[in-house]
Amino acid sequence: MPAISQIPDETAVVLQAREGDAKAFSELVRRYEGKIFRLAMHITQNREDAEDVLQETFLKAYEHLDQFQGNSKFYTWIVRIAVNQALMKLRKRKTDKTVSIDETIDTGEDTVAREIAAWDENPEQRYSREEMNKILSSAVDSLAPPYRAVFVLRDVEDLSTEETAEALNLSIPAVKSRLLRARLQLRDKLTRFFKRKGDDAFAYL
Amino acid sequence: MTPLLTCKEFLQELTDYLDENVDAEIRARLEQHILECPNCWVVCDTTKKTIRIYKGMEPHPIPADVESRLMEALEKKIAARTK
Repeated sequence: MPAISQIPDETAVVLQAREGDAKAFSELVRRYEGKIFRLAMHITQNREDAEDVLQETFLKAYEHLDQFQGNSKFYTWIVRIAVNQALMKLRKRKTDKTVSIDETIDTGEDTVAREIAAWDENPEQRYSREEMNKILSSAVDSLAPPYRAVFVLRDVEDLSTEETAEALNLSIPAVKSRLLRARLQLRDKLTRFFKRKGDDAFAYL
Repeated sequence: MTPLLTCKEFLQELTDYLDENVDAEIRARLEQHILECPNCWVVCDTTKKTIRIYKGMEPHPIPADVESRLMEALEKKIAARTK
């Protein structure tokens, strides 16, 4: 990992936490609890499960802090724990048939864009923040789990391709191809909301 | 002049292109394609906006009750360890 991804003062906080400084650990929890909760919500799609995942993630992190090597970011390390906890939750939910993020994916023609229409320059301004959150969340939630996890880590949580691969235990090409499909599927879904008014597909051709 | 990319080839490179992760030669070919193919221009532009919109998404505010239960569980754990 490049050195720029390490916030210097975080390394010190992690070290203090490893030496048993409970305050330092609480600081790390506060720094990342929101992101971990959001990630857990996206993967489990259930508030109760997401809360369990949140607690289990930080309890496990505290317990195994001595195993954190420091060669990846602390955040990547806890994301990996959180992803594992969230996937375990899904597997326990017997009704969920599509739980594995390792499942083989049809790499067929789903990269082909279905609806092609230009959007406004800032289409999000058409909606309130609340409406936007609903639109964006439900679009992500409608992705199949393998795409969803990759997209959330890469484009919502802003992890690098390498960090996403590490957190999900996937190869880099697998992350890239899932990310491409996720982005194109979301683009398709959002076109319904964001396309320029009065601008029919292909009208500009 | 190198032959034009097909739309399919363009789409395959789209993620790396938007992440600015392609070398200069491929980038030039991709940009040449966009100039000549309005459909791919739209797909590229709207995908770029999709990514931008998601990156700007506010984090889920963690509900106060969820946070206080998390802190409680941690305090218990820490107390048990330092006993």
